[in-house]
Amino acid sequence: MSTELKTAFENEVGVGDYQYGFHDPIDKYVFTARKGLDRDIVAQISEMKGEPAWMREFRLHALEIFFSKPMPHWGGNLTELDFQNIHYYVKASQSQEKSWDDVPEDIRKTYDRLGIPEAEKKHLAGVKAQYESEVVYGSLQEDLAKQGVIFTDTDSALRDHPDLFREYFGTVIPSGDNKFAALNSAVWSGGSFIYVPKGVKIDFPLQAYFRINSENMGQFERTLIIVDEGASVHYVEGCTAPTYSSESLHSAVVEIIVKRNARCRYTTIQNWSNNVYNLVTKRAMAYGDSLMEWVDGNLGSRLTMKYPAIYLMEPGARGETLSIAFAGPGQHQDAGAKMVHCAPNTYSRIISKSISKGGGRSSYRGLAKVVKGAASCKSNVVCDALILDSASRSDTYPYIEIERDDVTIEHEASVSKISEEQLFYLMSRGLTEAEAASMIVTGFIEPLVKELPMEYAVEMNKLIELQMEGSVG
Amino acid sequence: MASLLKIENLCVAVDDKLILKGVNLEVRQGEIHALMGPNGSGKSTLAYALMGHPKYEIVEGNISVDGASLNELEPDARARMGLFLAFQYPVTIPGVKVADFLRHAVSNVRNPNRKEGEGLIPMRDFRKELKSRMEELGIDLEFARRYLNDGFSGGEKKRMEILQLAMLRPKFAILDETDSGLDSDAVRFVSEAISRLSGPDMAIVIITHHERLLEFNVPQQTHVMLAGRIVEDGDARLAHELHDQGYAGIRARHPAIAAEEQEETAARQPGAAVGARG
Ligand SMILES: Nc1ncnc2c1ncn2[C@@H]1O[C@H](COP(=O)(O)OP(=O)(O)OP(=O)(O)O)[C@@H](O)[C@H]1O
Ligand SMILES: [Mg+2]
Repeated sequence: MSTELKTAFENEVGVGDYQYGFHDPIDKYVFTARKGLDRDIVAQISEMKGEPAWMREFRLHALEIFFSKPMPHWGGNLTELDFQNIHYYVKASQSQEKSWDDVPEDIRKTYDRLGIPEAEKKHLAGVKAQYESEVVYGSLQEDLAKQGVIFTDTDSALRDHPDLFREYFGTVIPSGDNKFAALNSAVWSGGSFIYVPKGVKIDFPLQAYFRINSENMGQFERTLIIVDEGASVHYVEGCTAPTYSSESLHSAVVEIIVKRNARCRYTTIQNWSNNVYNLVTKRAMAYGDSLMEWVDGNLGSRLTMKYPAIYLMEPGARGETLSIAFAGPGQHQDAGAKMVHCAPNTYSRIISKSISKGGGRSSYRGLAKVVKGAASCKSNVVCDALILDSASRSDTYPYIEIERDDVTIEHEASVSKISEEQLFYLMSRGLTEAEAASMIVTGFIEPLVKELPMEYAVEMNKLIELQMEGSVG
Repeated sequence: MASLLKIENLCVAVDDKLILKGVNLEVRQGEIHALMGPNGSGKSTLAYALMGHPKYEIVEGNISVDGASLNELEPDARARMGLFLAFQYPVTIPGVKVADFLRHAVSNVRNPNRKEGEGLIPMRDFRKELKSRMEELGIDLEFARRYLNDGFSGGEKKRMEILQLAMLRPKFAILDETDSGLDSDAVRFVSEAISRLSGPDMAIVIITHHERLLEFNVPQQTHVMLAGRIVEDGDARLAHELHDQGYAGIRARHPAIAAEEQEETAARQPGAAVGARG
C-alpha cells in the first residue's frame, strides 16, 4: 500500500472523520447521574423513573450479581473498561414527546443529520427514536393500536402495562446470566417493548433508532418482545454514535418470546464509533412450530461481543441467525450465534460473514447445542471470512455440544483473501482498485444484505463503500 | 485520426520467469488482427500484459497508445484509455449483479474523469441500452440480475464478455479465445455480433485456434507466436494455412526458437525440474 493511500484511508475512517461524529452541547440535559456505579446511583435511577418497588429491588439485586461476577476473560480485551468512569443515567428531556415539532431543537438537529424524519416519512409504522436513556419521540400507527399491538419504550411499558411486563421481564435472560446482563438489569433505561397479540401479523417493519450522545455515557437499553401465538412481527433497529475520545459503553439486553406458530425477525445494524464497547446479550425463546430470525450487522465499535441466541423450546421450532461483521482498524468484532435445541425436530441455521481490514480483527464464536431429549434435530452453520490485508485477522471458534447421535450438525467455515484475479478482472473494466474491492466486499455480504429492508440495505452498502474508499493497495 | 497501439520489444516475466521475449506489434484503430500460435506460446500472457495484470511484470520494452506509454498505468486507467480484454477464463464475482457492475464500468470508461463516488450514468438510459445489447447477443435478460459469471456455463461466460465489449465500446479489443467453449450456433452468433461491433472506431485482436471467428471477421494481419515471440506476420491466408496444416511448418522455419520451446516444455514436465518434490 502506498503511503499516500494509507493516509487517505486513515483520514477516511479515522476518529476525526467519523461520519456521524458530531454531538450536541451536553449542558442542556435535564438530569445526569454522577459517574460511577453503586447502590445509591441505582436507587436514584429507579426513583427518577418513579418505578414500583419490585423493579427497584430487581435492580439492586442485579447490581449485587454484577459486582460478584468476574470479568469475562474470553472474547475481547476488556481490561481498559473502567466501570467507575461512566455515567449510568442521562435523561435528555423531561417526558415523552407527542410530535416531531415538540422534540427539543438540538435533538431534532441530530436526528435530521441521521435522516430519521425521512425514514419516518417513508413507511414507518412507528419510530422509536431513543436519544440518550429515554425515548423522546415516538409514534405508532393507529391501526396497530386498534389491533392491540403495543409498541412503546420499555419504561412506559412498565408503567402502563405492569402485569404483562412483569410476566415476561427477565424471564428469558435472568440477571444472573452474565456480568453484562446483570449490569443492564441494574441500570437499564429505555429500549423497546413490543407485544403482538394472537394472530396479528404486522406486514411492515417496526423500527427504532438508537443513539449514544453523551461522553462516557453508557447506554443500557432493554428490549422485550412478545409475539403471541400465530402472530408475526419484524423489528428493525439501527445505530450510529458520535465520536468521543474516552471510552463509552453500550450494553443492551434483548429478550424475545416467540409463541406457537408465531414468527419474529429482529434486524439490527450497528455502527458505533471506534471507542464504544458494545456488549450485548440477545436471546429468544421459540416455541412449537415458530420461527425466530436474528439479522445482525456489526460495524464500528472498539469491541463488540454479541452472540444472539435462540432456544428452540418445542418441536417444530426453527431458528436462523444471519450475521455480518466488519472490523476496521483498531476494532474487534467478536460475534456469532447460539442455537440451543431443547426439543425434538427443531431446526437451526447460522450464516455468518465477516470482513477484516486495516488491522481489524473479527472472530466468529458460535454454539450449536442439542440436549438429551431432543431427537432428530438439524443444525447448519456456515461462516465465511474475508480478509483484506495481511495486518488483519479472522478466527473461528465453533462449539458443538451434542448429547445424542441422531442429529445432523453441519459446520462449514472458509477464510479467504480478496482475490487478485477478481480485482484485476474488475479493474480491467475501468473500476478503480478501491471500487473493485468495494464491489467484491459488497458482493461477499450480498446474500445477507438482501435480507435487510430496502433502506437498510442501501445504508449498509454505503457504509461498506465508505469504509473501503481508498483503502487497498 | 485513428489511434495506434504500439508494442515495442516487450519482455514480460511472471513469477520471475521470462515468458515474452521481445514482442513487436502495431495495431491501428479499425483494423482486425489474428494472433495465433501453439499452446503456451504466450498469447494470453501478451493479452494480460497489455491490460496490466499485476503479476505480469514488464522487464523491458514499451506499450503505448498514440505515443503515451501504458507501462506504469493501472488496469483501470488502461480501460479508460480504450483497451479491453475478453478473458480466456472469465472470473466469477459472487454477489455482484451483472447490471450493477456494468453500470459502474460504463460510467467510468465513458467518463474517464469521473471521481470515485460521483454519479453513475442515468439508470433509465443504461437499462435501455443494456437491454438492446443483450437482445442483439441473444442473452436472456434475466442475466442482468444474476451475479457476474456465477454459475454461468462456459459459453454463457464468453457471451458475457462480448456483452461487456458491446457496452464498453473500446478502441482496442483483445479477444482471448472467445470462440472456445461455444457451441457452433453460438460461435456464429458471437462472430456476427463482433463484426457488427467492429468498424473504424474499434480494432480487434482475435486470439484463436479456430477459423470460425475469422470467417466473419477477416483479419488484415495475422501474427504467429512461438516461445514468447512473434515469429511470422501475414494476412488472412496465413491464418487459414495454420489452421489447415498446424504449426509444423512454422517450427521448421524457426528451428532455434522451436528448440527453445522444446526445452521449456521439457522443463515443465513433472519431475524434470531440479529439486522437484516427489
Ligand atoms: N505463473 C507462471 N509461472 C510460470 N510459468 C507461467 C506462469 N503463467 C504462465 N506461464 C507460462 O507462460 C507460457 C505462456 O502461457 P500463455 O497462457 O500465455 O499461453 P497461450 O499462448 O495463451 O496458450 P493457450 O493457447 O494454451 O491459451 C506457458 O508456458 C505458461 O506455462
Ligand atoms: Mg491462452
